[in-house]
Amino acid sequence: MTKAITVSGLHKSFGKTHALDGLDLNVETGEVHGFLGPNGAGKSTTIRVLLGLLRADAGAAQVLGRDPWSDAVELHRQIAYVPGDVTLWRNLSGGEVIDLYGRLRGGLDKARRADLIERFELDPTKKGRTYSKGNRQKVALVAAFASDVDLLILDEPTSGLDPLMEEVFQRCVEEERDRGRTILLSSHILSEVEELCDRVSIIRKGVTVESGSLADLRHLTRTSVTAELAGEPNGLGRLPGVHDLDIQGRRVRLQVESDKLDAVLRSLTESGVRSLTSTPPTLEELFMRHYQDEVAAEAMSR
Amino acid sequence: MTAVATNTKFAVRTGGSRQLAGTGALLRLALRRDRVMIPLWVGVIALMVLSMPGSLESVYSTAAERADVVRQLATNSSLRATYGPVFSDSIGGLVAWRIGVFAGVLAGVMSLFIVVRHTRDEEESGRQEMVSAGMVGRRAPLTAALLAAFVANAALALLITGGLAGQGSSGALALGLGTAGVGMVFATMAAIVAQLTESARLAKGLTGGLLGAAFVLRAAGDSASEDGSHVLTWLSPIGWLENLRSFADERWWVLLLFVAAVAVQGVAAYELTGRRDVGMSFLPTRPGPAVGRLGTAGALAWRLQRGSVLGWSLGFFAAGAAFGGITKGATDLVGDNERTRDIIERMGGQSGITDAFLATMAGMLGMVAALYIVQSVLRLHGEETSQRAEPVLANAVGRLRWASGHLLIAFGGSVLIMLLGGLGLAAGYGQDLGPILGACLVQLPAIWTIGGLAVLLHGVSPQAALGAWGVAGAALLLGWIGPALELPEPVMDLSPFGHLPKLPGGDMTWTPVLILTAIAAALVTAGLAALRRRDMST
Repeated sequence: MTKAITVSGLHKSFGKTHALDGLDLNVETGEVHGFLGPNGAGKSTTIRVLLGLLRADAGAAQVLGRDPWSDAVELHRQIAYVPGDVTLWRNLSGGEVIDLYGRLRGGLDKARRADLIERFELDPTKKGRTYSKGNRQKVALVAAFASDVDLLILDEPTSGLDPLMEEVFQRCVEEERDRGRTILLSSHILSEVEELCDRVSIIRKGVTVESGSLADLRHLTRTSVTAELAGEPNGLGRLPGVHDLDIQGRRVRLQVESDKLDAVLRSLTESGVRSLTSTPPTLEELFMRHYQDEVAAEAMSR
Repeated sequence: MTAVATNTKFAVRTGGSRQLAGTGALLRLALRRDRVMIPLWVGVIALMVLSMPGSLESVYSTAAERADVVRQLATNSSLRATYGPVFSDSIGGLVAWRIGVFAGVLAGVMSLFIVVRHTRDEEESGRQEMVSAGMVGRRAPLTAALLAAFVANAALALLITGGLAGQGSSGALALGLGTAGVGMVFATMAAIVAQLTESARLAKGLTGGLLGAAFVLRAAGDSASEDGSHVLTWLSPIGWLENLRSFADERWWVLLLFVAAVAVQGVAAYELTGRRDVGMSFLPTRPGPAVGRLGTAGALAWRLQRGSVLGWSLGFFAAGAAFGGITKGATDLVGDNERTRDIIERMGGQSGITDAFLATMAGMLGMVAALYIVQSVLRLHGEETSQRAEPVLANAVGRLRWASGHLLIAFGGSVLIMLLGGLGLAAGYGQDLGPILGACLVQLPAIWTIGGLAVLLHGVSPQAALGAWGVAGAALLLGWIGPALELPEPVMDLSPFGHLPKLPGGDMTWTPVLILTAIAAALVTAGLAALRRRDMST
């Protein structure tokens, strides 16, 4: 499998702010790749570098095998981009903008355009200012999904969409993946990422802190375990990797680092298990660990 | 739920006591945002006015000389059309004659910019929504915008009154109040226009058009009457400023016209704003086509700029025709008066008073066309900073192609409007089509040079782009009042317009034309090269 996007050691400063501080990103061809990080982590800056709108200070970036800065125009023939905050021209209708973007990237599938407009319930005759936030997003989404490209770069594309439209969006992304297209999806809606993405990269302060499949990432983090025991729990607190232990009589709740799960289960069966639920970490928990754990993150980025 | 809705309705209908809530905070916000713009406008206008007495004294040192020139000025309808009638041969009277109309126009432009910036601009950008969601009354934003304009105009009146007091304090006060009065008339006019359309750009354009119409009305009236008593002059707020007769036995009651106009327009604006939804306008937006035909970056640029090109074209043809129509009056000038002939010849640059007048008008159109080209080039800046350029450039559109569409309209449009201005001038004058067109077209290299500078500034840095307005404004200022001030040659040469051959009547010299064209081409090339290299603003 070839790589659709390879980025290594990307640096970009705006005056004294280091927006990107050695960022790495690898996106395989044909995958949906989640691009996560707190506000101001450098997601949009990275995307703008990938689109050749910004020039990186240092580091290497390749998109579809091309240099995004020097080959911008040719490259953009194969890319559709949806920004998180779509601004439209006051005096152009949504339909005109969709067709304009389609032609500017060298073609648009008419049937698919009509289909998408219907599915997203978009009125293409309204003009720029009269669209709501969600409807402006739909204009950009229809333009992107209806175009014949290899790579879709979506920067928080569903901000402002209602849950029904969010559903339509997810179906569209799946269809794109089935057609073999690559999608880079930056999003804060974790359920969306969990549902759609094959792999994710989590960045923080301009550095990639995690990258891999969701299964890989889960491995690095904690599983929550709730158990009803036959006897008194015994020695759980001394086991390595156990956190947030909460014992109420014979009821036990705890978090355990996923690779230390074996020892915990052995200890529980020693006391006799009446009921047991074990929940793998949600992406949200995975995420929170990176977002909230300031100290750990600082250490990681050093 | 029902009770709430009823209460809201009631509050709107009765005017409500809290309609002005938050005005103070909004005014502070407006003044804070304009902390550079307002002092700059006020400072430049005041400086222009206050520099006049000194320079006029040096040109006409004795009372006899002044009396002589005033006699000549009074009988020259084309000079009256440009500057207005002269009512007194005192230094103060000459200052009011020379600069009053110009200061009034600038105060009007300043005021309409301030008001639109804090009303329609805010609504168009969506910022108003967040502000109005606070404890902000329905009429507070408009009130704050008008107060900001009032603060600026009051400061201007104060500076003019104080600065000219040496020439006679009542005349200084009249000129100061009159200038500020014109400003407030256009501030309240902008407050109405800004509610008719959803576009701040269109609101500025329309109010600017009304300001231009006011100028043309008084120009036509003044060309027909020696003492500003023509009905056309009285129809124009700028005409009222003349008819205050500053430094010439002031007619204070004319100030009541300003008060009445401000009051009527202010009440209308308030009525409208109380009945209007935030962000909406009285001229509804029509639905557009479901399928678009735009297919290139160039077509998009034309679509975005065509309205503005049309407006400028009509304006240039009308202004040309108006100036052409009063040109005949220029020959009325008594030929043996050295001084007056001097002034016009310095402006026009050659002898033959009709040719000199036509050359002056062609030059004037050229300098205003520099404003067009700057505005048109800076569309690039507007598209970039509003984040609309980003998704366009994310398509298979290179920066050069994106920019070249707008630049073609900017540079080609300048040819078009100068051609139309020339056609209007010739149509109004009734003869000399060829020489007049030549006189208008010979301005183009200077216009392009200023346009090229705008391209370069935008290419190097989006923050610097707006500096192009300063360049065009300085060229206009030099061209308009420089000749009367007898500014030294090196200063006049700072403006690209100073180097052009003086047509019609003068000799066509190709050297400066070719050199300026080459400079313009070099500036555009350098600007585009810089644009390709820099980061797009995010």
